[in-house]
This record gives sequence, structure tokens and C-alpha cells, in this order.
Amino acid sequence: MSALLHTQLLQTGYHQGGKKILVSDSLPELTIGAGQLICLLGPNGSGKSTLLRTLAGLQPALGGRVEIEGRSGLSSAGLAKKISLVLTDRITGNNLDVYSLVALGRYPWSTWLGGLRETDRAAIRRAIESTGIGELLERKVFTLSDGESQKVMLARALAQDTPLLMLDEPTAHLDLPSRIRLMRLLHRLARELNKGILLSTHELDLALQVADEVWLIQAAGPFHKGTPEDLILDGIFEAVFAREDVTFDRAAGVFRIPPEGQVQIRLEGEGVPAFWTRRALQRAGYSIAGGGAGIGLVRVLVDAGRPTWVLEPGHGAAAGQTPGGPARFDSIAGLLEGLRRSHPSKADH
Amino acid sequence: MRSSIRRFRLGGLLLLLVLAFLLDLSSGPVRIPLREICHILFSRGSGDQTWAFIVRSIRLPKAITAVLAGCGLSVSGLQMQTMFRNPLAEPGVLGITAGASFGVAAVMLSGGGMATLYAIRELGSPGSWLIAIAACIGAGLVMLLVLALSSRLRDNVLMLVIGLMMNSITVALTSIWQYFSNPEEVKEYLLWTFGSLGGVTGSQLYILMAIVCIGLTIVFLCSKLLDALLLGENYARSMGLTVKRARVIIVCSTSLLAGSITAFCGPIGFIGIAVPHLARLLFNTSGHRILMPASCLIGAILLLACDCIAQWPGTQTVLPINIITSLVGAPVVIYLLVRKKNLNIYR
Repeated sequence: MSALLHTQLLQTGYHQGGKKILVSDSLPELTIGAGQLICLLGPNGSGKSTLLRTLAGLQPALGGRVEIEGRSGLSSAGLAKKISLVLTDRITGNNLDVYSLVALGRYPWSTWLGGLRETDRAAIRRAIESTGIGELLERKVFTLSDGESQKVMLARALAQDTPLLMLDEPTAHLDLPSRIRLMRLLHRLARELNKGILLSTHELDLALQVADEVWLIQAAGPFHKGTPEDLILDGIFEAVFAREDVTFDRAAGVFRIPPEGQVQIRLEGEGVPAFWTRRALQRAGYSIAGGGAGIGLVRVLVDAGRPTWVLEPGHGAAAGQTPGGPARFDSIAGLLEGLRRSHPSKADH
Repeated sequence: MRSSIRRFRLGGLLLLLVLAFLLDLSSGPVRIPLREICHILFSRGSGDQTWAFIVRSIRLPKAITAVLAGCGLSVSGLQMQTMFRNPLAEPGVLGITAGASFGVAAVMLSGGGMATLYAIRELGSPGSWLIAIAACIGAGLVMLLVLALSSRLRDNVLMLVIGLMMNSITVALTSIWQYFSNPEEVKEYLLWTFGSLGGVTGSQLYILMAIVCIGLTIVFLCSKLLDALLLGENYARSMGLTVKRARVIIVCSTSLLAGSITAFCGPIGFIGIAVPHLARLLFNTSGHRILMPASCLIGAILLLACDCIAQWPGTQTVLPINIITSLVGAPVVIYLLVRKKNLNIYR
């Protein structure tokens, strides 16, 4: 794997009133190889965008150097043939239609008057094809939805036909299915077109699934990089992202909101209905207890494919309360309502 | 829109331009039939000597001035709208014309005279160059100032407010000097601010033609970089555009165009703001390779048409050109604002 981009002793930041403000000063050597999808993760304000913009040449490095295919100090015209960008800048340019926007990606390659040659048209066609925006071509840019707009901007970057592609929070503002689709598309593009792709994102779980490598940046703390699985096994994810109010489930690779409930309850049942019952109970402020403890027992029964819930008052019921016999519910909402009436949880106070 | 339709429309505009040009030659206090106009233009001698004189030495320079001013003003409006990403940007709104007026006024003041058409005409060729250069420098300085301020403020509306303030400052500076002048001189200056296409004759016309042609050549050559600026500075840079250099080129060409035209014709309003929008409506594109020639053609046609209306047909009255461009231009701008519903289409 050849290195498309390589950094040495890189320091990022910006100038303000003649003073250098360092954002990241202890970056390790960073390398992006062809066919690699790298996710840049980090909390808000940790310098993700600054690093991305520095690597892309939009702002100068405060120290060290960025080499693109072994060369540093490329002119902006030269850089434009190596790196294409998808930024968070909103494009609402008047009257611009989608095809013209994608065609603008050929800017570094077109003739000095902006004319397109056959190779340019072919590149535009390929970009449109691989992002699947064929139906949007006639639309005006300002009529696009966020998801469509992101795909169109990606198509523009692809039309630029550069070995490196960098995206700044491409999944922001998108709904979950669009996020997943975009990530899959990027993963595929890295493989099929052998591009080196770097994207910054907040989507930890998605990043863990598609990234070949994760760069973890922190505002104050070391910079980590490695395959996502290694970072998980080394406990680095937990160290960086876990707070009192969020825990990282190493077994499932997801972040969880820890149970807050003081009132304990038992749960019996299997499969998908039991999983979602557990989630609902935890959210409502109950914690799932084992053994004979708790205010009662929730049993999830599945009859002919339809789940029903049975609430049996337990021995540990609070003093003074005289719950009746078992109650039956045909929805989780009903169950929660019934529980709330007989055993108010802490969260209700 | 297919390119064949665009080419067809450009051709139609070109035809319209020729018609408007001939119509402008024929209209005026003395009506000269179109056939006679063609006769005078394309054959030497013969016919009515008075008519030939009127056409050759009065109406032809005026019509050529209208074409130059129409092209120059609309193209500089288009450039500024793209560069400032603001649909209301134009030389007049952002104080560029006021800067040019101030340049003219400064030269006249240091010469102890007034910025009147008569006075400018008396200066002869070197004086005309001086006036033109002073106007271009005045325009350029205001534009650089607006540009410097606009990079600190990214808000469109604030930009316009700054333009208005620049306008006020330059107008105020000119007013100080008006205040100490005698009424006749003030009247002459006011007449100049009404705008006039008729005062540009002889060597002035050649100077104006030379400067506008240089400006237009620069503008056409940089239509590609204007396209890149449509996506904003960051994207423009990522596509290999040196934004600073692009800005310098745009400032230079706009100052040349707006400055020289203001120097000789007075501040002509609304052409710069309305024409680029008309071009976008007609050609449904934002590519500058089409918008540039389209704006030129529409601007020239519109200014010729305004000039025809200004010579109120059938009467001896000639209204100042600025009154007509405002009457035509202001409704266009209002229509655009109502139709687009917001000013932030460039954000």
C-alpha cells in the first residue's frame, strides 16, 4: 500500500492577531494509503476540522509538513488535482443546477476558459453514476434535501478525480438511513476506486463498522490511531469517550446510557420482545434485578407471534401497598402505565 | 437548458441589439427614418447633410457610449454579485460609483473647477485621461475598503449596510465641497449626477472605449474563476483557485469599468443590479461563460432602450438617463426580491 498522504511533526492551529494558537501540537506521523477509509473521531472542539483543513491545504500548518504522494509544498492548483473536499459549507448558490455543480468539480482540469473536454464529461458521468444522483441533475441546488445535497457534493468531489478525498462531517444533518447509506457508499468508493478517504464524524458506531483505521483526537490528551478493533480491545475508546453519564459497552461496541432507576424489577422472557421490554423499563427508571428481589416480575409471553406482558406483584413490594393479582397487557405502553400506577419509579418523582 | 436553445437566445439578443442601436440613432428631437439611418451609416455622402451630421457626430457616439456603458455596468454588477455572494451587489449600491464620483470631484476641485460635463470636455484628451484614471482609482479604493470589511463580516445584509455607509461618506465629502460652491456650479454638478450618454465625444469616446474594452477582456478571461467562487471561498480554494489573486483581478476590472463609465457618463444606476438577474432568468444558468455575454447584450439593449425613452418620442424634451434607468430598474429589483423571497440566496 503506497502512502498518498504522509505527515511529519505536524502542528495545527491558526493565527490570531499575530499570535500562533496551537490546536494540536503532538500529532504522530499520519499516513493515508490508497483504498483506505479513515475516520477522524473526537469530541466537539477537539480540533477535527482544523486537522482536516490543514491536511487538505485550506490552512497552513503551524509546524511540520504534509507530503502528498511524497511531495510537500504543492501549489493550490497542484493540490486541487490530488485532494478533493466535501465541506460543511452550505451551497445555496443561486440558480446553480446539480449537473453544473458536479461539473464544477472538473475545475482543476478544464480548459483555461472553463470548457469541458470529453475526458471531463466522462469523469462527470462516472461521478454521477457512482453516487446515484442521476435523477437530480435538472434540480436546482437549493431545492435539495440535506441527504441529496450531501450526495451531490460527494459527486462533485468525485468528479474532481483525485486520489485523496476528505469529508468534514458528511453525516451531520442526515437521518439514520441516509447516514448508513453514505458510509457504505464511501466504504465502497475506497475499495472500488482505490481512493484514500478521510472523514471526520461523530458517528462512533458507524465509524467502527466501516473504518479501516480510526484517528482519535482529543482536546487535551494523546492522539490515538489504529484499527477500530484494536482501539476497543485496548480500552482506548472507553478512556476517551466514557463519562459518568455514558458508558461504552465493549462487548457490543456501542455507547449506553447507564440505568438510573432505584426501583428494581425482574424480567422474564426471551428474544426481541424481551430486549425491547428491558429497554423500555430501563428508560422508565426501573433497573432489572436478578433473583427474587424487586417489586415484581414482568413476564414476556409470545402467543402466536404476538407478545403479551404479564405483571406479577412480587414479595419485595413496598410496605403498605396491596397489589392485586397478575395483570395482563398487550403493549409495552400499557405495561408501563400499569407499573406507574401500582409502583411509581424514582423517575416519576 | 440545452446549449442550442442558449445559442438561439444569444443570437436573438444580438439581433435585438442591432435593432435597438438603429432605433436609438433614429429617435431624438429630430426624427430620422430608419432607412435614412442605414443610408448614412453604410454609404458615404449624399442624402440630407444635416441628418448625416446629426447621426455621425451626435447620435452615433451616444449610441456607442450606451452600448459601452450598458456592457460595462452589467458585467461589473455580475462580477460583484458573485464575488460578494450578494444578489444586491452592484457598483452603485456598494459605493463604487460614489468613489468614482469622488475621484472626479477631487480632480476638478484641485483644478479649481467643477465636475461638469462642460468642464471635462474643455480639458481635452490628457485631461480626460486624468479624469478617467482618478475615477478608476476612486472606485478601486472604495472597492478595496468594502472588500476588506466584507472579509470581517460574513453577513450579506451587513455588507449592504457597509456599502450604503461608504456611499454616504463619499457623498458627504462631495457635499462639503458643493456647500462652498456657488449655485450655478452646484446645478452643473447635479446635472452630471443625473447621468448622460450624450456628453462623450471625440477623444473621450476613444478613451472610454479603450478602458471598457480592456476591462471587458479581463472579465471574459476570468469567467472561469468566477464560476469557482459560486461555491464559496473554501471550495474555490480546494479547486485550485488562488482566491486573493482572483479578488485582485475582479477589483481591477470592476474599478476600470465602473470608474471610467462613471467619469464620463455620471453615475448610472440600476443597470448593474438588474441586468445580471435578467440574464439569469433568461438563460436559467449561473455559469459565467454564458452569463457574461448575456449580461453584456441585455445591458446594452436596456440602456439603448432607456435612451430611446429618454428622448420622449414626438417631443423636444430629453430626460436624464438616470431617471429612466431607475424607473425601469427599480421595479425589476422589487420583482426579484418578491419572487425570490429572501436576500440570502448566495449564502
